Amino acid sequence: MADMEKQPFDFMGLRKIASVISIALIIASIALLAVRGLNFGMDFTGGTSVELEYTQAADLDGIRNTLEQSGYEQFSVQNFGADTTVLIRLAEAGNDTLAREVTGVLEQTGAELELVSSEFVGSQVGEQLKEDSGLGLLIALAVVLIYVGMRFQFKFGIASVIPLAHDVIIVLGVFALFQWTFDLTVLAALLAVIGYSLNDTIVVADRIRENFRKMRVGEPWDIINESIHQTITRTINTSGTTLVVLLALYFFGGEAINNFALALIIGVIVGTYSSIYVSANMLMVMGVTREDLMVPAKEGTGEQAGEEEPPEWLNRM
Amino acid sequence: MLNKFPLWKNLIIVFALVIGFIYALPNFFPDDYAIQITGARGATEVNQQVLDRALAELDERGIEVKSSSLEDRDALIRLTSSDDQLRARPAVQNAVGERYLVALNMAPSTPEWLQSLGAGPMKLGLDLRGGVHFLLEVDMETALEQRLEALSGQIKRELREERVRYRGGDIEDSRNIVLSFRDEESRSEAFSLVRDQYNEFLLDESREGDEYLLTLTLSEQEIKNIQDYALEQNLTTIRNRVNELGVAEPLVQQQGADRIIVELPGVQDTAQAKRVLGATANLEFRMEARQDAPSSETEVYPFRDEPNRTARLETEIIATGNNVANAQQAFDENGQPQVNITMDSVGGDQMNRATRNAIGRRMAVLFIEYRTETSTEEVNGELQEVEERVVEKGIISLATVQSALGGSFRITGLDSIPEASELALLLRAGALAAPMYFVQERTIGPSLGQKNIDAGFMSVVFGFSLVLLYMLVFYRGFGLIANVALTLNLMLLVACMSILSATLTLPGIAGIVLTVGMAVDANVLIFERIKEELKAGVPPQLAINSGYGRAFVSIVDANITTLLVAVILFAMGSGPVKGFAVTLCIGILTSMFSGLLVSRSIVNLVYGGRRIEKLSIGGKQANG
Repeated sequence: MADMEKQPFDFMGLRKIASVISIALIIASIALLAVRGLNFGMDFTGGTSVELEYTQAADLDGIRNTLEQSGYEQFSVQNFGADTTVLIRLAEAGNDTLAREVTGVLEQTGAELELVSSEFVGSQVGEQLKEDSGLGLLIALAVVLIYVGMRFQFKFGIASVIPLAHDVIIVLGVFALFQWTFDLTVLAALLAVIGYSLNDTIVVADRIRENFRKMRVGEPWDIINESIHQTITRTINTSGTTLVVLLALYFFGGEAINNFALALIIGVIVGTYSSIYVSANMLMVMGVTREDLMVPAKEGTGEQAGEEEPPEWLNRM
Repeated sequence: MLNKFPLWKNLIIVFALVIGFIYALPNFFPDDYAIQITGARGATEVNQQVLDRALAELDERGIEVKSSSLEDRDALIRLTSSDDQLRARPAVQNAVGERYLVALNMAPSTPEWLQSLGAGPMKLGLDLRGGVHFLLEVDMETALEQRLEALSGQIKRELREERVRYRGGDIEDSRNIVLSFRDEESRSEAFSLVRDQYNEFLLDESREGDEYLLTLTLSEQEIKNIQDYALEQNLTTIRNRVNELGVAEPLVQQQGADRIIVELPGVQDTAQAKRVLGATANLEFRMEARQDAPSSETEVYPFRDEPNRTARLETEIIATGNNVANAQQAFDENGQPQVNITMDSVGGDQMNRATRNAIGRRMAVLFIEYRTETSTEEVNGELQEVEERVVEKGIISLATVQSALGGSFRITGLDSIPEASELALLLRAGALAAPMYFVQERTIGPSLGQKNIDAGFMSVVFGFSLVLLYMLVFYRGFGLIANVALTLNLMLLVACMSILSATLTLPGIAGIVLTVGMAVDANVLIFERIKEELKAGVPPQLAINSGYGRAFVSIVDANITTLLVAVILFAMGSGPVKGFAVTLCIGILTSMFSGLLVSRSIVNLVYGGRRIEKLSIGGKQANG
């Protein structure tokens, strides 16, 4: 990235606007989740899906008519990736030979097609998965809070968990807005977003801690601003490389992981923003002081050197 | 500041990389499409003639054979394409006949010297190679009920033998047996009998009207034992059945407390697989009730092929399919299908004891089947799907006991030969200790698998190249070093996954791609630090040293937290999520190694131990 000017950019000067944007986004996301809800994939709802490959472009309306006439209810038919590939989803779950039946019915219309994949998920499995997933997200946040609280300081713990929740809610909000399918891979992506955003937040937090200890003068405002300034190139470059691979994944990875890539792309963008604005902002709001960090928090193994000096054993490397 | 690594440290890094290279290597030899011939029974051996017959058939059909080999129990024929493989299987099956099973397989083509080091390629997940995935759930309530029924039968028999008079005994809530007595004395006799011999029960006495009740409740420990046993027994049975299916490299695995995952790579015909796996058919042997038997001790069942005809049977079970040691399909004198059954010693004893005093009475063979049925019901004004588990019990034979039965006898009254042979197979493979239901199923066609591999490969290549380019543009010489480290990181990641024989899935590939993107973070952090130091006027050698030193704490902190999240992901996730979490975890570890140590060692080799004026690290401060 282009080098920053000597004078630090006034990141914290924008914090009021950023707060308004963040809060607005979160309220909008929660509202969307409440009103439209997530379009849960089959992993969560249970049901049957059939993916068919036609030799020619498939006539979706024709397929719908055929299925209706054969007495199927509550189904959706859509193209999946290419116009020769068709994905049929049925709400019916109990009958596990459904996939073959559907294929048979459609074959009778004379179309040339091949069953690419089929899936059936019982409804109670889906319900359980929903509960487990919610629990997984909460545990992840709790563990982060504890680790960062111990490793840095409690205020930092809060200041790293809030942005994570912020990121997760916004990604969910976007998925609710566009009604993109929320399946297991998207859930995995959400947890990866937590990991990524945390990575970013920790790097900034680390620098803030270091600067608080090193710079004996200056207001928290200036120190935080300076810290963000010092890490901004790194933040942008890492987000850059990550976004680049995610775009590759989105365009080449195939239909099955499109939503996974999408969730991560949104998550990385929001996560980068939140590690600067939400996290640092939280520290300002909670009034982090030099005293909070003067006594070094319990350091990891062999890091007695503390303060801003790298551990002694590392110098020997 | 010299920035030189001691020799030993360089050696360790080189050693790790060499090991990584060797174990990553097998992945460059793609698996061959193959078909595997095995004997349908354990005793059937596959010999050269069988293989020759198969090869002749393939030759006739113009299917090119890469190579073939004969091992102890099976023959492997390597082919050139997936199409050939699909065409070859039915052809070869026809040629070698029913006594052999022909399965689709992927045969590794790792060179021998690598194999001797224990190196092999990563396994491909179902989504990459095609196949079926099932998730089965064990019905624990029924497992408990069945156990209680057996226990209740035993206890009542002993009460009778001890001449303790009881009125009735019902099973309640699949946890309790409630015995009722006419007077307190009988109850206390029963109490001490049960207390002495059945320590799996907690006892409770109560009174209801003129009945003295004794409630036997299964202890929590016993419930857990029964459930563990049911799951274990079912796992074993499923494994046996999968072997009978003749699938190469199947996966049968426990998930959670009551579920079993079955993955059958290469299987396309799910119908047969499901019928055999899911068949929860079992047998019960019971005596027909005497005319004067109290109705609380009898149950009425219909005949399987004549639903209108019924018979009254005793509730007590003599033996079940679990006691069957061997079963073979055969024909009776009239050419009707029958199943010859050999009981194990316990089953034989029980059968003998029950029949020796019952000559002239009739014994019924009860066929039991469990299914899931779905119906739509209105609950609170909303239409909801209700899954109901249905048990169907039907009598398949009701025959007069001619003489005391022993360990072996035969069952007649079966509809057809296929039914007889399937029943024999099921009894042989072992019955399920408790019924199971399919709760999830996924079929992936072979063409989709190849498409997923291609897509995954493309995204790794593109993502990787773009990151290399990005780093080169921003960090020049140091970017190149980071790129070498990143390449080695990818190699180490692949090597670790191969060593752990982790299964590669599409989400796993996504994890690799993501790791590539995030792995450079360590180097970006370090390089930015070095630039800062240079800007502050620190000489290059010292800048390198403190750049690495200062970034270290940030890198470790950031990676440990991410690792924690990845571990949670692994623990909580199932299926595809797990695959992703595994690659993410390994990726974090290898990228710390390559980002910190490997890149440092290269930097030291390039810049260490001499005077330098300028670092090639991009940006204008490098000029200062």
